[in-house]
Amino acid sequence: MDNIAGSKSSLGWAVNISVVLLVALWVFPTVGLLVSSFRTADQISGSGWWAALFPSVQTERYRVADPDDNRIERDGLFVVEGNLFEEGTRIGEIQSWGTSSRAVDAYQAGEVADLGDGETLTVDASGNYVWSGNDEQISGRGQRAFVTAVSPPEFTTKNYVNIMTSGDAGDNMLKAFFNTLTVTIPATIIPIVVAAFAAYALAWMDFPGRALLIAAVVGLLVVPLQLALIPLLKLHVGIGIGKGYLGVWLAHTGFGLPLAIYLLRNYMVGLPRDIIENARVDGATDFQIFTKIILPLSFPALASFAIFQFLWTWNDLLVAKVFLIDATGQTTVMTDQIVNLLGTRGGNWEILATAAFVSISVPLIVFFAMQKYLVRGLLAGSVK
Amino acid sequence: MNPAFQGLITIIVGVGGCIAYFYFSNQFLDKVLYPARGPHAGRNINRANMIRPWLFLFPAMFALGLYLAYPVFETLRLSLTDRDQGGAFVGLANYNQMFAEPKFWEALRNNLLWLIVVPAAATAFGLLAAQLTDRIKWGSAAKSLIFMPMAISFVGAGVIFKLVYEARPADQNQIGILNAVWLQFEGGIGSLVFLQLLPALILLSFAAIVAYVGWIFVRPIAESRQNSGGAGFVPLRLFVGAAALYLVYLSISSLVGVFTFDYPYGEPQTWLTIPFWNSFLLMVVLIWIQTGFAMVILSAALRGIPEETVEAAIVDGANPFQIFFKIKVPQIMGTIVVVWTTITITVLKVFDIVFAMTNGQWETQVLANYMFDKLFRANDWGVGSAAAIVIMVMVSPILVWNVYNARKEMK
Repeated sequence: MDNIAGSKSSLGWAVNISVVLLVALWVFPTVGLLVSSFRTADQISGSGWWAALFPSVQTERYRVADPDDNRIERDGLFVVEGNLFEEGTRIGEIQSWGTSSRAVDAYQAGEVADLGDGETLTVDASGNYVWSGNDEQISGRGQRAFVTAVSPPEFTTKNYVNIMTSGDAGDNMLKAFFNTLTVTIPATIIPIVVAAFAAYALAWMDFPGRALLIAAVVGLLVVPLQLALIPLLKLHVGIGIGKGYLGVWLAHTGFGLPLAIYLLRNYMVGLPRDIIENARVDGATDFQIFTKIILPLSFPALASFAIFQFLWTWNDLLVAKVFLIDATGQTTVMTDQIVNLLGTRGGNWEILATAAFVSISVPLIVFFAMQKYLVRGLLAGSVK
Repeated sequence: MNPAFQGLITIIVGVGGCIAYFYFSNQFLDKVLYPARGPHAGRNINRANMIRPWLFLFPAMFALGLYLAYPVFETLRLSLTDRDQGGAFVGLANYNQMFAEPKFWEALRNNLLWLIVVPAAATAFGLLAAQLTDRIKWGSAAKSLIFMPMAISFVGAGVIFKLVYEARPADQNQIGILNAVWLQFEGGIGSLVFLQLLPALILLSFAAIVAYVGWIFVRPIAESRQNSGGAGFVPLRLFVGAAALYLVYLSISSLVGVFTFDYPYGEPQTWLTIPFWNSFLLMVVLIWIQTGFAMVILSAALRGIPEETVEAAIVDGANPFQIFFKIKVPQIMGTIVVVWTTITITVLKVFDIVFAMTNGQWETQVLANYMFDKLFRANDWGVGSAAAIVIMVMVSPILVWNVYNARKEMK
């Protein structure tokens, strides 16, 4: 459309840049969390996550070993040899160094610095130094050295191991992960079955009051589930279900039904009438038409709804808090666990980021794998 | 019993039970109750076909009735009773008590702010993203990335943005990106452009858009005076007009604030504890999530625009902006309204973001969280139910509108 009348849009580059900016803005926060989940606690509190993506340059002050204890005599000169980095303090590959705070990068790694009157110091890339001079020069305190080192980006998967194997019940996400899965799968499958039959009836069967029922479903689509919390909790306690998995499955089924019926009915109505009428003429019962024709043909709509319901139940906090999680905390789900972590571990970003990413990763995989169905469902599901 | 095992059994019992119910109830209807043979075969078939839809519908209708319809009325009843008095009827006492609480008004005010800002921003960004990504080669990849937050839970998004807003003492490296960016401003020319001119521009354009929308709503009334025809929805129109006027006043007055405000340059800010503005920072989370939704729907709508209209405009010499605002946007107005209302409903129910990020502290309370607070922390079911009813009342115009449209479409 842009090339009509042979004129190429002059805004092409502006559009590209704007989209890059927009995408960056949208992706940045998530990337921040992802990167943080692969850094150690010290790294996270030491620098922003964006710094972790690039080699970091650090300048530190060191002092060579005390000459009185360490100097040795060689060829008439006194020499102190050693490594600037003591055990485990290596900050990276040394690029440049200096002996004065005013010229910290006076020398390259491996260069020999002339400190006057034959006194020399040399530092190589891995921190080994040789300091030599006469008796007077090599005495007192060790020579200072300012080294500038470059360390490559460093990442660790330890956070994930920690969070999955931690003995602390508050930190351990493994149990919460399986609890979430336990909530999600039945709560996704059951409403599909119930809704599919109802959607078929609303789409292809003639009976008085059908239009009214469809209108009711559309109305219920927007009823806030906040209204349902107390009455249903009372009901569940009253009939002996109490708080637990059964309660949360039932609740999710109930809350998911309007969207399921609406989506599936909209899709089924669009199926070709001929097929269904031919089947009727051939003597198929409604039950057969439904199971043998409608259900297989409606697969895209079923998949759409399944993704919606899966994302919604997996990500849900409110319903789980009200209908599932009891005082023992044995049935906690991931969202609830993360909220608790935000309270108890507010500053421990390595735990928070990792926990959050464990919970986010599954929906993200589903999202990228099944995006086609999700989009299709969205387009069919928004009330027109 | 292991919950996973219990889950498996539930799936089998639930799914199997449903299918068994449908199969056997159909069999029962056809074979036992009204068999399609004997002297009354024809009559029996007709009767069976009259009953069958209800067999198909029964489980769904039962669940819907029990889990969504009944609670509406039960909550209404609960909001008029007092739990401590054994559920005695107390009239509007709960509502009175709620209206006397400053926290409720704070929640209501914040909710109204959310209702204005989030749908507007998400729709605007969605429209922008849809229009831009449709014009480039890697558009679908870009779309997928902007759409991605849709899959992230509100709680997960809360954690993500808590990291963005994280603050450290001034002598340490900032690990929250917002503070890191903020510390780049020192009061020079860059600060003037980004912190004063840009917000001023945004405020001005916001005021202009609101004024325009308000005018669209109010205009029919003025016109109906002249040609003595009914304008319809007059109270609604007046309400929107008044709201628009208030918003314009608000943005103009904050325009002055932008230039007179003394920015605390060089000090890291704990963003989530700054009253009033922190609500906007929470809104950003929802806007971030909902923009993808708006983009997907609006992008489909944009593609549905007949090409001839755009071609005609190009031939007539319209520039890209004119094409967008004068040709495309008017044609997808219906879809924009749908997106807007859908996001509005989400906003009214927003709970997790506030619960996870501030829990209503520092004046960020919203109705859904207020309600949760009353129900499960204060254990005050009466006031909690009353708050739920307030949410329901706010949703109901959209409910009526949706039902009205759905019925119109079916005819």
